[in-house]
Amino acid sequence: MKEQGTFRVKKGMAQMQKGGVIMDVTTDEQARIAEKAGAVAVMALERVPSDIRAAGGVARMADPEMIMRIMDTVTIPVMAKVRIGHFAEAQILEELGVDYIDESEVLTPADEEFHINKHLFKVPFVCGARDLGEALRRISEGAAMIRTKGEPGTGNVVEAVRHMRKVMDQVRQVISKADDELVVLARDLGVSLELLQEVRSAGRLPVVNFAAGGIASPADASLMMQLGSDGIFVGSGIFKSEKPQLVAEAIVKATLHYDDPKVLAEVSRKLGDAMPGLEMSTLTAADRMQERGI
Amino acid sequence: MKIGVLAVQGAVSEHIRHLEHCGVEAVSVKSRESLNKANGLIIPGGESTTIGKLIEIFGLADLIRERNRQGSLAVFGTCAGMVLVAQNIFDGIKEQPRLGLMDITVQRNAFGRQKESFETDLDFKSFNSPLTAVFIRAPIIEKAGPAVETLAELPEGVVAARQGSLLATSFHPELTDDLRIHQFFINICREL
Repeated sequence: MKEQGTFRVKKGMAQMQKGGVIMDVTTDEQARIAEKAGAVAVMALERVPSDIRAAGGVARMADPEMIMRIMDTVTIPVMAKVRIGHFAEAQILEELGVDYIDESEVLTPADEEFHINKHLFKVPFVCGARDLGEALRRISEGAAMIRTKGEPGTGNVVEAVRHMRKVMDQVRQVISKADDELVVLARDLGVSLELLQEVRSAGRLPVVNFAAGGIASPADASLMMQLGSDGIFVGSGIFKSEKPQLVAEAIVKATLHYDDPKVLAEVSRKLGDAMPGLEMSTLTAADRMQERGI
Repeated sequence: MKIGVLAVQGAVSEHIRHLEHCGVEAVSVKSRESLNKANGLIIPGGESTTIGKLIEIFGLADLIRERNRQGSLAVFGTCAGMVLVAQNIFDGIKEQPRLGLMDITVQRNAFGRQKESFETDLDFKSFNSPLTAVFIRAPIIEKAGPAVETLAELPEGVVAARQGSLLATSFHPELTDDLRIHQFFINICREL
């Protein structure tokens, strides 16, 4: 008998994306460029994070019409974002047949207390996390993939680096913990002991962990891969650059050969101007998206 | 005996772990040098458009074709890997890159989108009990040439097949703890 939407099937989908680059696109034309450049999936949204930042106001799920147009255009998986806690938006996206849902802090949160119960869906979810506690809480809600939050739409990789290092450091701590110490850690992190035991025995997060938020160059992608990311999300970094096609291809190659400086040097040449970036100190507390949905 | 896992993108570490559990040496293949050390090559699940493009750019595709045709490299494609070894592909993107080794016609995403992805018990020829097969946006074999032997099928079509030193499955044996499919491929490599 066929069993759809099991956790193994949902988590497996993310495993198939490993080592790849998932690109934000806002039109079918951009989706075509991303697919041609070698993206493993596209994230369909109405505005890239840097434009959401600039526009202000409430950012919601994209127009289904536009998402469907992108689904009809490319053969690679299509992801789309919903607001944190907005399970009705998620029901709509599942109905449309998107391949993955990002319950994302980039959009304006719909619920300040509860995330979506992702176990109820056949479609898999990815969620952002800044540390091991957030990651495991999202997994216990049913997330089948984790990504760093970074600080979206800034073109500044510093926050993604912080979040990836933090998760990796905490995983190393878990590996070295004795049974009784693990119980206390589970309490401190607000997560189940079973999940922490799973992390300890696997030596890593129980699901795929991508880097996201501020990645804007092939070198940024390599940096995140060397820090232990399973793959890369690029938001504004491609289509806010001067030469999107070239930057997209270069980031795909850099993600594959992240440990080969010779390839990295080659693909980093003549890419034109990267997206303009934002320094973290210029952001007010209200501008910071990463504190949403912890 | 060394078996390579094409490490361009996708479920690479899962295949390496299974091969190691079978007691053979597994090598991660990103370059022509590492490919030349292998007796067999697993092309993992991932995105066939991405993997296909990158193995052409980095000079792996020609070497895989050449060594398989010479009979010194067995090739096992899972899911995206099945699409890549196929000679004909339905619903590919324009100029969909492929290795074109096996005399099969493959339909991409044959079961629908991700929410239709599933797992099921499956009878596999020569195995004495069914295995749990995980299908993720999986392809299917629509047509196969006379040299191709069917190993497993669902009502929708053929999901596992062999042609000499070529093996292809629509599903992901690396996502369960059952090692029989990997063992089956290792035996094909030993016959070379």
